[in-house]
Amino acid sequence: MTLPPLPLPGPDTAEFWAGCRRHELRIQRCDGCGTPRFPPRPACPRCAGLAATWVTCSGRAGVYTWTVVHEPTLPAFRHLVPYAVGLVQLEEGVFMVGQIRGVAPDAIRVGLRVRVEFDDVTSEIALPHWRAG
Amino acid sequence: MKRRAAIVGIGQTPFAKQLPWSETEVACRAVAAALDDAGLGRDDVDGLSLYDIESTGVAEAVALLGLERVRFFATHSHGGGAYCAVVQSAAAAIAAGHATTVLCFRARNRGRRSSFGPGHVQGGRPWEKIEPRIASHYQWQVPFGVVSPAQEMALIARRHMLDHGTTEDHLGEVACAARNHATRNPAALMRAPMTLAEHHASRWVAEPLRLLDCCLETDGGCALVLTTAERARDLRRRPVHVLASAQATGPAHHHPPDWFAGDRRSWVAGGAARLWGRAGVDPGDVDAAMLYDHFTPMVLLALEDWGFCPPGAGGPFVEGGAIRWPDGRLPVNTHGGQLSEAFIHGFNNLTEAVRQLRGDSTCQVPDAEVVFVAAAASDPSGALLLAR
Repeated sequence: MTLPPLPLPGPDTAEFWAGCRRHELRIQRCDGCGTPRFPPRPACPRCAGLAATWVTCSGRAGVYTWTVVHEPTLPAFRHLVPYAVGLVQLEEGVFMVGQIRGVAPDAIRVGLRVRVEFDDVTSEIALPHWRAG
Repeated sequence: MKRRAAIVGIGQTPFAKQLPWSETEVACRAVAAALDDAGLGRDDVDGLSLYDIESTGVAEAVALLGLERVRFFATHSHGGGAYCAVVQSAAAAIAAGHATTVLCFRARNRGRRSSFGPGHVQGGRPWEKIEPRIASHYQWQVPFGVVSPAQEMALIARRHMLDHGTTEDHLGEVACAARNHATRNPAALMRAPMTLAEHHASRWVAEPLRLLDCCLETDGGCALVLTTAERARDLRRRPVHVLASAQATGPAHHHPPDWFAGDRRSWVAGGAARLWGRAGVDPGDVDAAMLYDHFTPMVLLALEDWGFCPPGAGGPFVEGGAIRWPDGRLPVNTHGGQLSEAFIHGFNNLTEAVRQLRGDSTCQVPDAEVVFVAAAASDPSGALLLAR
């Protein structure tokens, strides 16, 4: 099976992807104003503070919006078509993109409760997805 | 900047799914047509304003076109969100005296490439160029299966439906209105009449978006020539003045994880306030609007963002034919737009705006005096007001 394009961890993002490899979902929380942030960035968009602490999320989220993808899509995803992928809002407040599994695409509703799971794609990269229930 | 610069020449190539010319040749042909329309030559050009997903970048374009006198050049970020800013910079450079005559163009040659063909090809689509390992912001969406603009915009469209009750009929009306206009436009690629039922019967691409909610993929080019309002008075075409422009963005906008994290509405509302304030007109004064219609729901967002209707009310606004020429209160994309004329990354919206103000449109609004042009509502965005 063709691998999807995978992330290339860098200085700003390595901690997130290292967490995924351990099946932990990690985000930053600003040490100055307490604002959680994702995607990982060196500074807080609210207060510009550079100091932040990585925290592990509960892994629980609600579906905020979603699409059901048909052709065309990348070859790596063709075997999944039609697949549901959405933007979920974590309990911590931040948004992430991910596939929504464990529910028929037609049965997805806004606010559907989902929890994070991980696919170990390579020895280095695990990708989070979201499972209903 | 108000009325200091004018568009004095427009040019375009034929539009097609596949043209026999390279992207650079498409650019040469569109530019030559625009200069001819203006009655100007290459020696008159001393400025160049483009946007940055062009394969033909500024330095390449200066060599390509053999421009000896360029003293102002600029590029702009964010694709369809940028094309109004391309004209803004040209007009600002003219108003500030950095240049007297500025070329803007967009040339595309993508049709010969498959949607998901192999990697690093000139003219390929952005997601074709994605590396097997992604260091950019695309790492937060592509590995999970959100790889194309249609899939991205589907997420925004779904939320608009959830929040505001927008329906498939609203999206379909945007597509049908564009097609209705394109039936009269010989340059348009899609000229067969379309019904709402045909829209609803088209296949899913990324729910809730169907094939007929998506713009075309087109080869072709469009070019504009701007010069000072003083010089414009002596040229062969009726000048189309840049009345006002504005850009709008904020700290959480461009990437899917950020879309709903900030107060996008307030940033866009700030841009709208600047635009109308600078122009001294309001949305009720606009005779026609050219909106970036890469996907139908983005037309609804543009109507809301720039103050033609309240936030969330784009769907009801288009009901009952409000955006249809000739009887609608705000004819939108009277050439057929990118949904039905051609997808030249917004530049064909600019050429149509100029035709309306010259009286040359195939869906002419009688005595059009003010035309509004908006960049993509899904990006850092911008808008222009053009006037006779």
